[in-house]
Parts: sequence; structure tokens; C-alpha cells
Amino acid sequence: MDDTVIDIERLENRFGTNVVHQDLNLTLKHGEILGVVGGSGTGKSVLLRSIVGLKPIDAGEIRVFGQRLNTLSAAQRAAVERRFGVLFQQGALYSSLNLEENIALPLVEHTPLSRQDAEHIARMKLALVGLNPSAAQQMPAALSGGMVKRAALARALALDPDVLFLDEPTAGLDPISAAKFDQLLLTLRDALGFCVFLVTHDLDTLYTVCDRVAVISQKRVLVADTLANVAATDDAWIQDYFHGPRGRAATHAAQEAT
Amino acid sequence: MDDNASSPAHIEANGEQLVLTGDWTLLHFTRIQRLLAKIDSDRFATLCLDNVTRLDTAAAQLLIEWYGPTRIQALTSMLPVKRKSLIISVTEAITTQQRDSPLEPTSSALTQGLALIGQHIESLFLQQKYLLGFLGLVLSALARTAWRPNRWRVTATVSHIQQTGLNAVPIVMLLTFMVGAVVAFLGATVLESFGATIYTVNLVVFSFLREFGVLLAAIMLAGRTASAFTAQLGSMKSNEELDALRTQGLDPIELLVLPRVLALWVSLPLLAFIGTLSGMLGGALVGVIALDIPLAQFIRIVERDIAVTHFFAGIVKAPLFALVIALIGCAEGFKVSGSAQSVGEHTTSSVVQSIFMVILLDALAALYFMEMGW
Repeated sequence: MDDTVIDIERLENRFGTNVVHQDLNLTLKHGEILGVVGGSGTGKSVLLRSIVGLKPIDAGEIRVFGQRLNTLSAAQRAAVERRFGVLFQQGALYSSLNLEENIALPLVEHTPLSRQDAEHIARMKLALVGLNPSAAQQMPAALSGGMVKRAALARALALDPDVLFLDEPTAGLDPISAAKFDQLLLTLRDALGFCVFLVTHDLDTLYTVCDRVAVISQKRVLVADTLANVAATDDAWIQDYFHGPRGRAATHAAQEAT
Repeated sequence: MDDNASSPAHIEANGEQLVLTGDWTLLHFTRIQRLLAKIDSDRFATLCLDNVTRLDTAAAQLLIEWYGPTRIQALTSMLPVKRKSLIISVTEAITTQQRDSPLEPTSSALTQGLALIGQHIESLFLQQKYLLGFLGLVLSALARTAWRPNRWRVTATVSHIQQTGLNAVPIVMLLTFMVGAVVAFLGATVLESFGATIYTVNLVVFSFLREFGVLLAAIMLAGRTASAFTAQLGSMKSNEELDALRTQGLDPIELLVLPRVLALWVSLPLLAFIGTLSGMLGGALVGVIALDIPLAQFIRIVERDIAVTHFFAGIVKAPLFALVIALIGCAEGFKVSGSAQSVGEHTTSSVVQSIFMVILLDALAALYFMEMGW
């Protein structure tokens, strides 16, 4: 078996007559962090939602671990989906459960663990993402933005997923928290060996963590390659994106760091 | 990925060394727990993870906690490269967790129960205190704006009168009409045995003038309007709109609460009046159809027997109820914090509180009026 985890071919997504994706091709390889960028409204989040199965696709196919998701039975599909971890943009922590219970929920539901064991594991996961153990009993409403993102990451990691989907994980965080989150992501990827599908607007995140970058524009993936190759692509939007004032600042910062 | 044929976790002792094989994953969690429980970790100086086909964080946690984080750290150089970073990360997480873990509070069910009662009493007290403070804010805002007609929010007030008053007319009429009919039937059943069916008229008119007209209208508004006020103001609060008003030098009490209070002040007496008439109509209809009391006779009895004081004893409560309902509805809205769940909780609380307060005040007023002989 080759090292392709997700393979998207000729994907098409429509909302009514509004075509969001057409002839979109993209692959995600084992162990890599793939950054997905694009202007607002180009369907980055829609792509994420179609891969994890929240939005039925209109044409084309998405193969995950070599299986076509839309042809699987419900049980087989659930088995595949258990290998996904998704971090939603607003965290989407269950507001009626405290952090420990939030993370223990998939463990209790999907494995034969007792609640006590599940919560024990949950507390370790919280420590793994750098949250203080005293946070375990707190309700999501009492947390700051950075803590919500970390807790949501811990929940996404609850079942040790093979693929992690992150929807703008650093949006709304201050630069220091964002940088810490990037480092956390790298550390965890190296330790746990998952691959990451990362939708982001944050240029610093792109420069720091991504192995490859895919640019979505004109309803398809314009280019998917290493950052240097993408930045050199001859396209007006890409040039504006990577060589505008913010892009230059991020390039500069990345060069200083190395 | 290791997709070669996998086998569940297994342990073998090899002298001083413990050899681990198979899949060490969440799937085999209970099996691993059982395996480890049987073995004394101190007997083994080293671990061999070379033949472990899979290892995830949950199983790593079990292994590390069983073997001891500090002993594992001493072994890390001997671990296979593939597993090393995972073991190190999980070990660090466990160490920080054990170090920073707060001590479990020791408390019995009894103290917990007492604490719970205390919390409830305190929150009840704080709630009433907050409501009184809120009343003060509203009255002072009213006093400030009353003398300046250019600060009156006429459009907002009229719009709220329409929503809370006019739009509630059909439901209030229907409700009081049906209750009026029921009271007439009940009265007739009891009074018939005394041969005093005609006094059904007095019963219906009396109860609606003094109590039911205003009480039913107030309960209807408490359910319909207090909840709406809480939801409106609560979603504005969670959207930071109230803070935005304050930063622009505007008073949310004056802008949002005052029009609502004034609107209810107008609406509730009118609705109470309509409700009273409609309830009496329900009674009269039952009289005409079932009790052989013609409408003309019904009206004559009302004119002859019922003093106008009874009407005043009822309607005088309406502004008080209106104030209580509007205040509770708005104050609960102001107490909303952040989440959508909080809006829901406070909406429920506002309906419960306002209905409770309305009935409580009505009971107190009834006692007072009775003692005064009004």
C-alpha cells in the first residue's frame, strides 16, 4: 500500500446552482501536515466537511485509507470516521459537559472502557495538550479562546486518530498562543504520527508547520506543493497572498527562525 | 501505518527484561489492564518494545503509569526510535498531571447537601437583591427622562405595546372566556343544590372583577412577554450589544428597559379589562344556554348587586403586576452570560419567577383587601 491517506478525485460540490468545487484533485499523505489556503468563500471548510462526511458530495470521489466513503455501509463508515479527529473553528466543545467529560465522551461511547478509566485518560490528554489538570473540571464557557482550542484538540485526539482535521485552529488567538499552538501541533504530530489537514488563514502557521500547501482557487486546487514552490507559482492571487505585506513579514519571520 | 496482521497485546518475561508484543491500543485497553495487573513491575529492569506492532497514547499511559514515569524516563534511550517521542510526550504529560493535580476535596454527602441548600438560599437572596437594584435603576431612569419629552422613546414604546398588548388580545380573550364558562358551570353545580342557581351570576362577575381578569392576563403575559423580554435582551447581552450601547454613552436601561416597562404598564390594565369582560361573557353565555338566565337579567343583576369597588380592587393590581413582569423579564435578560445555553436558562427562570411573583402578590393583595373590607 502506498502512503496516501486521503485521495480526492474530480470532486464537485454545489449549493443549488452555485458551484463551489469542480474537478478538484488533492491527496494527503501519511505523516504530513497539509495546509489548505484560499480566499474567503472558496470552499476550504466545505472541502473539509465533504471529506469527513458532513456534506454529501455531488460528483467525483473521495477515498480514505483506500476506501470510498460514500459506498460504505453505515457501520464501515463509522469505523473509518473513528480514525478521524476534527477540530472545529469555534472548538464546538459540548457546553453541558466539563472538559474531562467532553474528552471522555467518545472514549466511553466507542470503547469498552469504564467512565473512570475514560476520565483518567481524558486528564492525561489534557496534560498532553498543555492544559493544567485543574482545568479538567471547568465548563467550556469559563475558558479563554486559547484554552478552548487546546481542549478541542484534546477531544479530537481522544481516540488517537490517524487523520486530524483542523479548521482555522489559530484564528482568534493572540500571536503568542498561536505560535504555541503551532509548536504543540508539531510536537504531537512527531510523537503520535498522525497526518493533518489544516485549513488556515494564518501565514505564520503555514510557514511554521506545513509540509505542503494546497491553494484552492477557481473552484479547484490550483497547486499543492512545498511552500517555496507554491509561493513561486505564477498566479495573481498566490502572488498577492504570499508576497503582500503580511506574506513578506511571515517569510521574513520564518527565515529568522531557521 | 502498520497494516500487517495484528495481534492483541501480549507480555513475556525474559529474565530481567519484559518483552512486549502485539497491538497496544485502546481496543485492547481492558486486556492490557488485566495483563499488567498480574505482573509486579519492580521485578523487571528493562522493557523491550521492539516487537510492538502498534502503540497509542491510551496504552502508553497504562504502561507508563504501571512502570512509573521516572523509571521510564531512565529507559528512553533504549526504546525504539519509532516509539520514543510518543513515550516521552505521554510521560511528560503524566508527570505534569501528577505534579499539578489538586487534592481531591474530602466531603461527605451531608456537607455537600448542606452546601447545596446554602447555595440555593444565597442565590435566591442575591436574585431578590439584584431585582431591587434593577428596580432602582429603572425608577431613576424614569425620573430622569420623565421631564424631558425629547428623550421619550415613543416609537419603541408603541411598538412594544403592539407586541405585548394588542397581539395578546385574542389569546387572553379566549383564555378568560373559557375560564369564565368553567366557573359558571362549577358555580351552577354547587349552587343548584341550594336552589340558588341565580347567584352563579354574582360568582362569575365577582371572581372576574376582583381576581381572575387581572390574574389570568398577568399569567398570560408572564409566559408570553417575560420570556420574550429575557430572550431579546439576553441575546443582545451575549452579542455584547449592551456593552456597545454603554461604550457609546447610551443607557441600556433607558433605551431598552424603560420602553418595555412602560408598554406593559399600558398593556396589562387594558388586557385585564378585556379579560374581565370576556370572562363575564363566557359566564353569561353558559347562563343563557344552560342555566336559563337571559342576558338582560344577567346585566340587571350586575348593575344592581355589584359595586364598582370590586372592579377597582381588581384593576389596581394590574400596574403592579406589569412592573413585576417587565422587571423580572428584563433583569433576567441582563443576567445572561455568554452562551446560548445561558439565554435558555434565564428565559425559563424569568417565566417561573414572574408567574410565582404574580400569584404571590395576588394572594397578599387578596388578604389585604379582605381585611380592609374593600
